[in-house]
Amino acid sequence: MTRQRLFGWGRTTPGMSDVESPSSEDQVAEELALGGNAIARGLGRSYGDAAQVSGGVVLSNRALGGISAIAPDGVVTVGAGVSLDELLAVTIPQGWFVPVTPGTRQVSIGGAVAADVHGKNHHRDGSLGDHVLEMRLVTPVGRFRVSPSVEPELFWATIGGMGLTGVVTTVTLRLLRIETDKVLVDTSRHANLDDVMAAMLSGDDDYRYSVAWVDCMTKGAAMGRAILTRGEHATRRDVTDPTLEPPGRARLRVPFEAPSHLLNPLSIRAFNEVWFRSAPRQRVGEEQSLGAFFHPLDGVDDWNRLYGRRGFVQYQFAVADAKAECVVRAIDRLSSSGVPSFLAVLKRFGPANHAMMSFPISGWTLALDLPVGPSALPEVLDDLDEMVIDAGGRVYLAKDARLRPEAVRVMYPRLPEFLAVKNRVDPRHQLVSDLARRLHVVGR
Amino acid sequence: MENAFGQPQNVIVLAGSSEIARAITKKLCAARARTVILAGRHQESLDDAAREALDYGASRTDTVLFDAEDVAGAARVVREAFDKVGDPVDLVLVAVGLLGNQVRDQSDAVAAARVVNVNFTWPVAALSEVRNRLLAQGSGRIVVISSVGAVRVRASAYLYGGAKAGLDRLCQGMADSLRGTGVSLHIVRPGAVRTRMTEGLAEVPFTTGVNEVATNVMKGLARGDEVIWSPPVLKYVYAVLRHLPGPLWRKVMDR
Repeated sequence: MTRQRLFGWGRTTPGMSDVESPSSEDQVAEELALGGNAIARGLGRSYGDAAQVSGGVVLSNRALGGISAIAPDGVVTVGAGVSLDELLAVTIPQGWFVPVTPGTRQVSIGGAVAADVHGKNHHRDGSLGDHVLEMRLVTPVGRFRVSPSVEPELFWATIGGMGLTGVVTTVTLRLLRIETDKVLVDTSRHANLDDVMAAMLSGDDDYRYSVAWVDCMTKGAAMGRAILTRGEHATRRDVTDPTLEPPGRARLRVPFEAPSHLLNPLSIRAFNEVWFRSAPRQRVGEEQSLGAFFHPLDGVDDWNRLYGRRGFVQYQFAVADAKAECVVRAIDRLSSSGVPSFLAVLKRFGPANHAMMSFPISGWTLALDLPVGPSALPEVLDDLDEMVIDAGGRVYLAKDARLRPEAVRVMYPRLPEFLAVKNRVDPRHQLVSDLARRLHVVGR
Repeated sequence: MENAFGQPQNVIVLAGSSEIARAITKKLCAARARTVILAGRHQESLDDAAREALDYGASRTDTVLFDAEDVAGAARVVREAFDKVGDPVDLVLVAVGLLGNQVRDQSDAVAAARVVNVNFTWPVAALSEVRNRLLAQGSGRIVVISSVGAVRVRASAYLYGGAKAGLDRLCQGMADSLRGTGVSLHIVRPGAVRTRMTEGLAEVPFTTGVNEVATNVMKGLARGDEVIWSPPVLKYVYAVLRHLPGPLWRKVMDR
């Protein structure tokens, strides 16, 4: 056991926890039997305080390893601590890809399930939970094997449940067949937000993968200018030299915390300008590696250090199609209050799944990386919360580090249902995170 | 729990009815503070402060009575306040202080010791218990109201200034002892502030109202400053003043 100062990817809200690394279901059960506050942690890629419990025990899932043989239909069982990077290193050479991947491979499967992560294909394939066939779960009242047909409530509470229903030890999921390690990418530049949103509405259904990068720093007619990239897995016929190589290691690393003011409106504006200009106006069928297309930021280790001592927050919200104007208003509000945003990612979501606390709902989602520092930021985000609530939308808990407790109850109307399941498997509310305490989901 | 912007939810205020404490509490409640436990000497003024906290957004308040001359009771007061919160405490504000009357107190051994007890000994006793509790939690912040008078002690207020100087230096060491523990301590050094405590005294340069102090505390907390000056310019003023040769210092400060 070691006492460690932990924080999320945004490097805000640190807390000290005792870290244990159980390597078997038995050891997880023994830890929970001690009766103290506990929460599972994977690779610490949730942005806020979801995978830490100050003064309690953090159960690192990294020693819960193991990857089974891949069945002919693509079904594989994986230890919860296996990262997507480790999994893909095994599956890609055999011609299989994960059904859903977030913007980084450096997440554990257990953490990915707990956040019910989504990727560039949500509008078509849903979130990770839609591809999970079965999980094993250790709770304070015992062990469970859960699936959409066995213990379905506990299954759908655990998907997206932020680790509050138990410690996931193994995940069985169905992989996606691929013929090559390449993606055929179409790229287009759009002069403003209306233009890119129209293009996504009309064309996204023709692509498995689609995402737009939006510049939040420009005002006026060019507000929300964007680069849209969409792609499909390349087949053997599409490429001259078909290979199945796993993505390589990061080649760059940010070795220390940058000065807090490195990312300021000026430097971000300059970066955005270069980024926008360097994208082709229109390009079709460009071959990109899986890593370059899905996980561009994995090329630089510890890039979160660029935000300096005070760290950053990510604000990601989802609203229905009928409320698309929220996307415009959010970007407008940020750019007019001088709050810089380095990366803004716009995507279309398909229908929600059965998971009670899952984030995606049909419509639009916008994610913004925002350095902590500008004094207007806390209030601007509180205002955006109100806008999102009025629109019947929600904020992604895996990214959150600042939401008000009252807001969560409105954004996630199935919270009472979720808590009923939690109370059944964790009657003394032993499974608790700093996020759960901050949002008054669980008080202890 | 505190959020990414350094806004706490569960707050304990020692000397909760002091004017500076009330101004800070109001701002904390307007942000994220929901549970506020106010400890102090008079029930009535604590109730007033509690009502104010509710007006500004708190959802739960409670009070604890204490006497800052009762050093032996300090740990009990802290324990009671933590127990009343129930959940982890995000911020403990220590605003205990007594200006006293220098001219009268300096020749009276008991009165002189009282000024030191209230400004130094009691807060240190309380801080020791606060430190224990927050370390066990693995998170939380301590904010201690010191004074610019602690940076260099003036002849005309050496009892108050000296006691605050003791507290200020001790807290610097305590802050260092907390590095890497998830707990942090912030020292607030306000210049002269218009309060009941200073009523009737001649106004000196850089005098501010309590709201300005509170605003500077909020900014300092958001930035994570170890020392918070109010107004901020005093940091530079005192960088000069503290190094003035004695005769000049006495001439400037004790006219």
